[in-house]
Amino acid sequence: MLEIRNISKTYPNGVQALSDVSLNIEKGEFVSIIGLSGAGKSTLLRSINKLIDMTEGDILFQGKSIREAKGKELRLIRRDIGMIFQSFNLVKRSRVITNVLCGRIAYHSPFVTFFGLYPKEDRQIAFEALDRVNILEKAYNRADELSGGQMQRVAIARSLAQEPILLLADEPVASLDPLTTIQVMDDLKRINRDLGLTMLVNLHHVDLALKYSSRIIGLRAGKLVFDGKAKDVNDDVLKEIYGRELTSSEVFGEVDHAPSS
Amino acid sequence: MRPPHEFSQKIPQKPSDIKRYLSILLFILLIYSAGKFTRFSVRDLIEGMNEGAGFLKELFFPPDWAYMRRLIDPMKETIQISIVGTFFGSIFAIPLAILSARNFLQKPLITGFFRNFLGLFRTIPSLVFAALFASVFGLGSFPGMMALVVFTSGLVAKLGFEAIESIDPGPVEALESCGASKLSILRYAIIPQILPQYLSFVLYSFEINIRASAVLGYVGAGGIANYYNRTLSFLQYDRAGSIVILTFVVVMALDLVSSRIRERLL
Repeated sequence: MLEIRNISKTYPNGVQALSDVSLNIEKGEFVSIIGLSGAGKSTLLRSINKLIDMTEGDILFQGKSIREAKGKELRLIRRDIGMIFQSFNLVKRSRVITNVLCGRIAYHSPFVTFFGLYPKEDRQIAFEALDRVNILEKAYNRADELSGGQMQRVAIARSLAQEPILLLADEPVASLDPLTTIQVMDDLKRINRDLGLTMLVNLHHVDLALKYSSRIIGLRAGKLVFDGKAKDVNDDVLKEIYGRELTSSEVFGEVDHAPSS
Repeated sequence: MRPPHEFSQKIPQKPSDIKRYLSILLFILLIYSAGKFTRFSVRDLIEGMNEGAGFLKELFFPPDWAYMRRLIDPMKETIQISIVGTFFGSIFAIPLAILSARNFLQKPLITGFFRNFLGLFRTIPSLVFAALFASVFGLGSFPGMMALVVFTSGLVAKLGFEAIESIDPGPVEALESCGASKLSILRYAIIPQILPQYLSFVLYSFEINIRASAVLGYVGAGGIANYYNRTLSFLQYDRAGSIVILTFVVVMALDLVSSRIRERLL
């Protein structure tokens, strides 16, 4: 479904964030990307929906080239790829439902979206998305009235409203407290299982990655150094990815006590 | 404890004060030469004060209260000029601000052009524009209104593009990732973020415009100042006094209301 072919990214300031990374993602997988900060995790994720332009290589999403895509074609590809962010990126002054309906934008003409003339089915899709992350009752609240965990669930609902095939999550729990971290990760896992939605998640906490994902990708200094099953990750692999022992900040620590839904 | 002499060696040397004294000297020289250049004299000032006091007495003790009734219409015109000028200026400011914001179009040539264009609007005082338009369109309130439209669009657009450039880029990125077009990004990620600020800029320029429009009549561009001109040239100081009082009260009142609303907005 997603083929990443020898991509490299060098930023204008000369920093090489990715070098010659190749991997394939199959439908329905839950894949976590781990590595030190600055290893290129965010760059890799953002290259997939072209928020960042890769400098070499190409990415094929359902057979279509991301590198060549632009204009309407790119917008239609992006429509099929949801994304959630560390800082949620909601429009705080707008209502929750307005934020979620943003996920429907690429389905309509500029005229329809500009005046907010979303059809009834779209509202239904938005409400269902909110219900799926258990936050339907907040639909008419302003986004800035919510807590961090609630905001992230609204952000997930927004990307679900896109009815995507792939969901990218860039450090989705890094701004959350331990309890809401578990809730949000459980949400992602449930969505992956129930909808068969493919997940590609950047995670700082190694043990969270091991618990929730079926497959782990390890990046180190822009290079792919591990790609395998979560159960095959051992201390040697982690040493290869991190170049040292894990620090306490990289271990979430409460995974075993967490309720698994 | 260390021995005292060792500690005093650690204290860094006090930097020289010459720079500071030179700056003060330069400042005094500047003020002095400016006074010299404009032929400022204390004696003139004191004599002028005496004359001014006499003038004030003629203006306000007592003002011609009966004349106020005839001032209501021109005062209304002044307020209308500023409302209409602010309204249309603020509307023209929207596309100008959008085209000037570096983070939206990301086309340096276009944004650069519009930024310079706006600079031109703001550096020329609205009174100059009013005089210019009065000679083009003829006397009356229209040139005054046009002058305020130009000034307001320059001011609100400038404040507006700065507001756009300081928004949280997160929602923009999120909407891009949803496949939204530029127009949708503007509508759903940018406008909601800057709307309260924009309204506050509109009110702020209204406050400036109401003060500006009170003098527009001086160059024949409509409103109350027309009467100011007229009464002064007929030496009707008591009538001029009532104009000053009315202008003061109206401007203060509108200013107060507008700034109260602005406080609420932000």
